[in-house]
Amino acid sequence: MAKILLEMKNITKTFPGVKALDNVNLQVEEGEIHALVGENGAGKSTLMNVLSGIYPYGTYEGDIIYNGQVCKFSNIKDSEKLGIVIIHQELALVPEMTIGENMYLGNERGHKFAIDWNTTYAEADKYLKMVNLEESSKVQVKTIGTGKQQLVEIAKALAKQAKLLILDEPTSSLNEEDSRALLDLMLGFKKQGMTMIIISHKLNEVAYVADKITVIRDGTTIETIDNRGPEPVSEERIIKGMVGREMTNRFPKREGVKIGDVMMEVEHWTVHHPLYPERKVVDDVSINVRKGEVVGIYGLMGAGRTELAMSIFGQSYGVNFSGKLKIDGKEVKMKKSEADAIKHKIAYVTEDRKGNGLILSQSIKVNTSLANLNSLAKLGVIDQDKEYAVAEEYRDKLKTKTPTVEQLVGNLSGGNQQKVLLAKWMFAEPDIMLLDEPTRGIDVGAKYEIYCIINDLAAQGKSVVMISSELPEVLGMSDRIYIMNEGKMVGEMKAQDATQENIMALILQSGRGA
Amino acid sequence: MNENRMSVSAFFQKYTMVIALVVVVIFFAIATGGGSLKPGSINNLISQNGYVFVLASGMLLCILTGGNIDLSVGSVVCFSAAVGCVMMDKGANMWFAVLVMLAIGLLIGVFQGFWIAKIRVPAFIATLSGMYAFRGLSNVVLGGYRVDISNEKFLFLFGGGRDCYIPDFIRQWMGSEGKPNLTCLAIGILVIVVYILMTVRKIHIQNKLSIHQSVLGQCVTTGAISVVVLFITWQLASFRGIPTVLIWIGLILGIYQYITTKTAIGRHLYAVGGNEKATALSGVKTRNVYWFAYASIGLMAGLGGILTAARAKGIDPTYGEGYEMDAIASCFIGGASAYGGIGKVSGMIIGAVLMGVINQGMNMVGVDSNFQKVVKGLVLLAAVIFDVMSKRQKR
Repeated sequence: MAKILLEMKNITKTFPGVKALDNVNLQVEEGEIHALVGENGAGKSTLMNVLSGIYPYGTYEGDIIYNGQVCKFSNIKDSEKLGIVIIHQELALVPEMTIGENMYLGNERGHKFAIDWNTTYAEADKYLKMVNLEESSKVQVKTIGTGKQQLVEIAKALAKQAKLLILDEPTSSLNEEDSRALLDLMLGFKKQGMTMIIISHKLNEVAYVADKITVIRDGTTIETIDNRGPEPVSEERIIKGMVGREMTNRFPKREGVKIGDVMMEVEHWTVHHPLYPERKVVDDVSINVRKGEVVGIYGLMGAGRTELAMSIFGQSYGVNFSGKLKIDGKEVKMKKSEADAIKHKIAYVTEDRKGNGLILSQSIKVNTSLANLNSLAKLGVIDQDKEYAVAEEYRDKLKTKTPTVEQLVGNLSGGNQQKVLLAKWMFAEPDIMLLDEPTRGIDVGAKYEIYCIINDLAAQGKSVVMISSELPEVLGMSDRIYIMNEGKMVGEMKAQDATQENIMALILQSGRGA
Repeated sequence: MNENRMSVSAFFQKYTMVIALVVVVIFFAIATGGGSLKPGSINNLISQNGYVFVLASGMLLCILTGGNIDLSVGSVVCFSAAVGCVMMDKGANMWFAVLVMLAIGLLIGVFQGFWIAKIRVPAFIATLSGMYAFRGLSNVVLGGYRVDISNEKFLFLFGGGRDCYIPDFIRQWMGSEGKPNLTCLAIGILVIVVYILMTVRKIHIQNKLSIHQSVLGQCVTTGAISVVVLFITWQLASFRGIPTVLIWIGLILGIYQYITTKTAIGRHLYAVGGNEKATALSGVKTRNVYWFAYASIGLMAGLGGILTAARAKGIDPTYGEGYEMDAIASCFIGGASAYGGIGKVSGMIIGAVLMGVINQGMNMVGVDSNFQKVVKGLVLLAAVIFDVMSKRQKR
């Protein structure tokens, strides 16, 4: 048996109120490619952040043993010194700088006060050759495509003398061809003795490249599958480990809600990326939602769900839109204006409540009224008594736990913040609510309350579109489910026909077929 | 949970600048042997700093949108005043000149706001270019020389010269002469009574809506402010009465207090500064909010020009230099956040008064004027450090 390069023993990491990792164990042999798989939020990235020192020693329990030594990293620099280099999912390159400058950012050649540019570019070119990139290192990063940028990231890691390379979703933004090239590059590195950990949602890629596959679910290691046999392990086998959780009564029943006529129809909706306009983020998607219906949209990260919802909501995301939007049977010429969308009775409840949803430095009252302030104002003057009453009303309705509606939103818990966000959009009195990850990062009790609110909305005849990365939630809450992958709509199912397995299978098939 | 009792540290955090102001006032009162609290000193403090209150009001709105500032106000003050003074010098009607000065300020604000809001030129750069351009234009308009104002009505209305005080109507009606100025006293007491009634009404409404706010705290605040107002009234009354510039200050502060606390546009200013993206996604046209802020400070620069010209009885091409910094400093010392979204008119007033008191006190004590700038700089730095630190504790 080969030497164990890395062992993570009984790692437990707790965030306030949430146990993100619970006794996780991971063993990586020298010279192997080890895959980590699991649903969004299962704890893969947290585990890698523990390993690379982003969460320093002391903030977690358990041991990291690397090369036979117990490691106590206090920051990323410490782990990089030992050759543990992580490449994050989001590219961390400065577009305006050259490839060479990017590769040695924070790791400059020569003297601190006199950078040796000749060495920098010569060494950079050497590493670029290793990753099969023909570009000169003096080329600006913004002029090369995403696939090549990913290779630059890898070259950057190599330049740090990486011995253990961690790749977090390295192919999520790449097309099929670039992905395959990257995977083959990884196999090439393996031959040279490099050890790698890959995190990926694309199970076909995992099966192709990995020697061992560790499945993580709900913050614990479920199993490690050996993939070194003559036949690659089947994806169904991996999925079983990923989703095999029991469904108990976590979702309140919605009974006697009549589903009415079609409220909103989106046809052949296409949206391009705002920074890379040649890339389609949403590609020819058609959906509809009826009155009183809850429609789920499921997809893995990067499937284009948020982008779809935001582009419907006053084109607040993307460029070069095409497609038709019909509300109540009539076609709507939507402008690039959120105010216009609100006027058409659409609300978008963001997945990023702190970044895009709430004003944390303001009170619950101010946040609740913001999207519909005009209804409380006469000639631009706010009726503050009425505003207070409205905020109180929604606090009661949604059972937001707070001493007073004058409380700053920044001081509330995640679940209560989510309720304030919902209150804000309910007060805008929409007919169509686009809920984006409405239960992200909140505890189980608060989730249940949010589900009840969604049911109430449906009972009032509102049309609810619920985007979620949690399959059980989509299955438990929806009347109908759309499945998206890589910008395309890959399937539609009635809730009673849907199972975790056939939804995942749909996504995987589409990923392979492309 | 009733939060009637505030912890001591929270109290100090909330009222740091008030406490600092009290300390500074007491310090200079002792250092000058009570001279800084004499009627004449109080009167000067108000007259000299009129422009600061006006400009800082406008500046506050810009800062609220996200720590944006307007560097051009000093130059705009000078330019609008220059045009008005030349017009009056050439015999134009005074009211017409006043309107032109205000219009110039407003137009410049709209102009700069257009680039900032619609074309997204960084505010710092757009107004820096305005600072140069309007300083140059002031020089052109004035031909490089000082232009004096002889229009007595203008001087009286906007607080210049010796007789820019509200006449004592009550004593005139009674046919008596002397001090204290009874009109001044009457107005001061009226202001206090109205203020107390407003507080009572507010507490009443809070009770009705069962909003839990410390009633005691509000009474103490109201009482303290009333005492201060009463003191100032008495001092002014025993000097020459209410300086006319105080009317303008009061009017502007009142308007801006109303805008920031009661109106939708005021709410949008805070919202944009607090989280622009969330505000935009709530259907607010955030660009127009920026435009409003810069138009408003332009108008205030126009009024600032009028007050400055009146106070100096004329205008010189160098007037207004550094005014933008006084306004910015007042806002930041008064607790406005350099990142936007936080700041109050009341805080800005404290900041402006603090700067004014320090200025005047140092003058009376005889501190070298260069050293005075050092002190002002340190006060500003300390205030912003405090702001940043107190926010870090919360996270």
